[in-house]
Amino acid sequence: MSLIRLENITRCYQMGEETIHALRGVSLEIERGEYVAIMGPSGSGKSTLMNLIGCLDTPSSGGYELNGARVSEMDDNELAAIRNREIGFVFQTFNLLARLNALRNVELPLVYAGVPSGERRRLAREALAQVGLADRLRHRPNQLSGGQRQRVAIARALVNRPAILLADEPTGNLDSKTGEEIMALFVELWRNGNTIIIVTHEEDVARRARRVIRLRDGGIAGDDRHKPASGERAVITPVAQT
Amino acid sequence: MTMRARHVRLWLGELRESVFMSLHAIAVHKLRSTLTLLGVLIGVFSIIVVSTAMRVLEQNVERNLSQLGGSTFAVQKFPPVQFGNRRDWEKYWRRKDITLEQGKVVEEKATLAGAVGVEGRFWSGRVRTIYAKTGPAVALFGETPGSFAAHGWEIADGRILTTPDLDERAAVCVLGAALAKTIFPFGSAVGQPVKLNGIPYNVVGVLAPQGKSLGGLGDNFALIPLTTGLGRYGLRWSGLSILVEARSAIGYADCMEQVRDVLRGVRHVLPGQADDFEIFSNDTLIGQFKSFTLAVRIGVAVVSSLALLAAGVGIMNIMLVSVTERTREIGVRRAIGARKRNIAVQFIIEAIVLCEIGGAFGTLLGVAGGNILAWRMKLPPALPLGGIVLAVILCSVVGTIFGTYPALKAANLDPIESLRYE
Ligand SMILES: Nc1ncnc2c1ncn2[C@@H]1O[C@H](COP(=O)(O)OP(=O)(O)OP(=O)(O)O)[C@@H](O)[C@H]1O
Ligand SMILES: [Mg+2]
Repeated sequence: MSLIRLENITRCYQMGEETIHALRGVSLEIERGEYVAIMGPSGSGKSTLMNLIGCLDTPSSGGYELNGARVSEMDDNELAAIRNREIGFVFQTFNLLARLNALRNVELPLVYAGVPSGERRRLAREALAQVGLADRLRHRPNQLSGGQRQRVAIARALVNRPAILLADEPTGNLDSKTGEEIMALFVELWRNGNTIIIVTHEEDVARRARRVIRLRDGGIAGDDRHKPASGERAVITPVAQT
Repeated sequence: MTMRARHVRLWLGELRESVFMSLHAIAVHKLRSTLTLLGVLIGVFSIIVVSTAMRVLEQNVERNLSQLGGSTFAVQKFPPVQFGNRRDWEKYWRRKDITLEQGKVVEEKATLAGAVGVEGRFWSGRVRTIYAKTGPAVALFGETPGSFAAHGWEIADGRILTTPDLDERAAVCVLGAALAKTIFPFGSAVGQPVKLNGIPYNVVGVLAPQGKSLGGLGDNFALIPLTTGLGRYGLRWSGLSILVEARSAIGYADCMEQVRDVLRGVRHVLPGQADDFEIFSNDTLIGQFKSFTLAVRIGVAVVSSLALLAAGVGIMNIMLVSVTERTREIGVRRAIGARKRNIAVQFIIEAIVLCEIGGAFGTLLGVAGGNILAWRMKLPPALPLGGIVLAVILCSVVGTIFGTYPALKAANLDPIESLRYE
């Protein structure tokens, strides 16, 4: 069974008289443990698709199954629970809470999951160690570099051990060297068994992925599976990372 | 773990998190928070300062009450508790003093009276014996023999003050039970010498403890013949009181009328003129105080509800600004799994915390302010627990009511829009 199954998904926005078709009939399956890059020109519907996969948005029509659950028919509370359990978001603009230190930012998803505070702290520390920030627990976002902020955001996305990691242009706000490091981190996380979907504009970022889905005008224009340039993994095993 | 325990834990965790976040938000926006808190502070302050002052006055009234028995009333130049304005004061001051002679006339002519006493309070001071010394708060009263029956005082040891004591202006005294115990810890006080503010007296009697003294003087007083006292000390401004015990409970009202007529006669009050003295009993005291406090309480309720209403609108505005400013934060929280309810609860709790902080400052200032009155009137300080509980509840109510709209607004933001918000 696929982890993600989209069937003829559409998403329209009503702008006064005009109807904008952001997605026009997207069908797609993504397996557990895949590393997928989504590419396409600006306005082609990449973010719209990510929001749907991430259960932040619901389709205008079509069906969506995540991990065997019919997401397209869920109500607001159920969607929130799914986002909390199954999805880890990484944003282009980091979106950390400025008033909280790294540890507390990473703890936040666990707060909504109802994890007791001691356990929360332990898991958050672990996640931060995993992204190489074990020594920056008490730093506020404005005391961290861009790359470090994105690492905190990745730790926050990982801390609930979600089924998928979704990243919409995660290197868009970073210089190329830092961007490289973040991409290397994603590869490492993928090797540890995470399912990763990344939206990107950069071909060399996409080249690292095993699968590239190209969108154009709200539809799928290409879906190539290829060997990544480096970091091929012998067997895809969904090992739970620690 | 049971579902229920899990729910409770979840809820407590959320509560703690929300309180933490809101304290943080309040600390970050100090000026804005302070301005908002001011409204709540004023509202709560007015409630607390008045209830503290009421409590202080209440204690004062209780002190007066404890001086009178059930079927006894008193006549005085001044009303026992004054709530009036300056004009009333001048009226009282201009009245002729009540004298011992007038007391005697009442005793002769008021046939419905069981006992008539005349009483004057001289000072509060220190009492000293060879065994012990008291604090400076022992009250000294001058009495006539009738006072004992009128007060319902009973003798435990020795005798009461007698007519010969009064005629001779004898240097003798009767002690309240508590006082006797303090200064003669080892044996009977009767026959012993004491010094009342340095002047020597002989103890002739000790009163029995008065069961439940309504928080009054607590048996910590000394009694001397009124004539002795009048010869030696000046009276306090309130002058003499005539105490009258009715012969029977049924004849109480008639007895009061009779005494009123006798006094009007002896004080030459013309028919049609108002009395130039005050007659009061426990009932009238309580009634007066009740009507006074009711008026004040209504006034305070109006003022404080206006202040709290204004504060509530202020809180709502601040919260709306806060929601707009934190739109992105709301989007992030929704993206990582917060439900609408979580967001709403967070903002409502923030509003409540804001109110409670204002309320806490208002309470502190109110208790301090109310006790200035106690200090000025030389009364013991008071803590109005009821008022404080009311303030805490009111703050939560105001926070909840005025925080709800901004909280719902925050909860219903579209997560994607909020994440994109600049
Ligand atoms: N809330 C909205 N209201 C109206 N139209 C929208 C809304 N969100 C997206 N769109 C439209 O949907 C289309 C797809 O938008 P989307 O954000 O998915 O593009 P994208 O591929 O992510 O572009 P970019 O690379 O610039 O981020 C665009 O034409 C956009 O204008
Ligand atoms: Mg986009």
